[in-house]
Amino acid sequence: MERDDLIVNDSYSVNARHSEEEGKKIRKKLYMVTVFLTAITVLEIFMGVYFKRNGTFMWETIKMSFLLLTLVKAAYIVLIFMHLGDERKNLKYVVLLPYALFILYLIFIGLYEGLSVQNLNNTFG
Amino acid sequence: MSGHAEALSKEQLWSGGKSPFSISYGKMMMWYFLVSDALTFGGLLTAYGVIRHASADPWPVGEQVFESLPMLHGSYPLIYVALMTFILIISSVTMVLAVEAGHRMDKKGVIKWMGYTFLGGVFFLGSQAWEWSHFIHGSGGGFQLSAPITVNASDDHGGDVSMSLNAGNWVHMTSDLGHAYEHALEHGDKVEIANGQMMITSHASHDDHGHGGHGHEADAHAMASTTTAYPLELVLNKYTLEHKDGKDYRKLTVSGAEAEKLMKTMAPNTVVFGANLKKNEYAVQQQYANFFFFITGFHGFHVLQGVIINLIVFLMAYRGVFEKRGHYEMVEKVGLFWHFVDLVWVFVFTFFYLV
Repeated sequence: MERDDLIVNDSYSVNARHSEEEGKKIRKKLYMVTVFLTAITVLEIFMGVYFKRNGTFMWETIKMSFLLLTLVKAAYIVLIFMHLGDERKNLKYVVLLPYALFILYLIFIGLYEGLSVQNLNNTFG
Repeated sequence: MSGHAEALSKEQLWSGGKSPFSISYGKMMMWYFLVSDALTFGGLLTAYGVIRHASADPWPVGEQVFESLPMLHGSYPLIYVALMTFILIISSVTMVLAVEAGHRMDKKGVIKWMGYTFLGGVFFLGSQAWEWSHFIHGSGGGFQLSAPITVNASDDHGGDVSMSLNAGNWVHMTSDLGHAYEHALEHGDKVEIANGQMMITSHASHDDHGHGGHGHEADAHAMASTTTAYPLELVLNKYTLEHKDGKDYRKLTVSGAEAEKLMKTMAPNTVVFGANLKKNEYAVQQQYANFFFFITGFHGFHVLQGVIINLIVFLMAYRGVFEKRGHYEMVEKVGLFWHFVDLVWVFVFTFFYLV
């Protein structure tokens, strides 16, 4: 198994440094991501204003796409702005996996129980 | 080459002489803190989801509740919150540019970008404060009906709809009417409903006897008073959506004689304007407002913490503390916190305002 506690290629976080040219490339990437995130936000706003909530399948699709777009935004913010994408693979897993598992479970339980309460309210309330 | 340990100074490595993930202790702990805070916010948003899905009544629609801009009348659904989201994302970008400048040991760059980030944060906080203030102030208030009633309303296309309402159903007032009514109730003015209008008679607050009267008119009124008439304009489904007869009905206006009928069926102790610690005008489910304040408030509190920490680090960079240290890792660490704040907002925005 690979040891992940040894500093390899001077890649210790405190020594993380780059030159001006690398800086230009990195800044370009950051600007592209910014434009992308803004575009997604504008799309979400447009969808939010244009598509009204109702019980149809169209609305359920819209809701799902809101969630998906938000997750995409979150992924870009975490991996690129917070530089988690540049960190060691193990760190990525340590941060993301427990959270993902817990949140998925929490959401499942939340919705399941919530719908159950609604059902009970409708039947007996 | 791989598996070969670097000899780094002791204060950089953790106490064991090694460093998991090649990351400094401070950064690792910041990540752990962010995961724990993310769990907190995740829990809050999930609680919101549970209460919302458990409710049998229609839940308020984001673009109907949040549709005002400061100092403007009219309906601008979600525009202000979109602006807030944009400001926060841009401040996140300026933050990551500050981090990038720190990696090049570019002190001027760090100061410039941290400064912009600080300003973005302050703007966001100010905007959120306005949102709260407007939410608390209300958009005209509402009341509940004391008995079932059927009225004719018109939708935004001018079509007519017959609405059958039950006792306890909410009826809202338009902004102008509601504010006048609120004012009248506060001042104890006389309120009369007739001819499809609300007549409010306010008493002047100065002395009874007019000094140096103007002929015979001075005797006619012992106390000067003015009566203003406001056309009755009420709104059904102001904040919600109703699916009926295969169509969606929102913001149905009731005016004239029909509105008079509604006003006369008002249960007077249910009148509420805006939001206070006891009641709010926004939903049958009073928790809607509670969640708004709690979630956006908790988030705003984090923004405030971030703004303060950013200011401190800005000043440290300005004074050259990091130049002396040889690295700008502190900028990176507070950057992580600031990005986290932005990330939470992205989720709050989606779950509260959009969905």
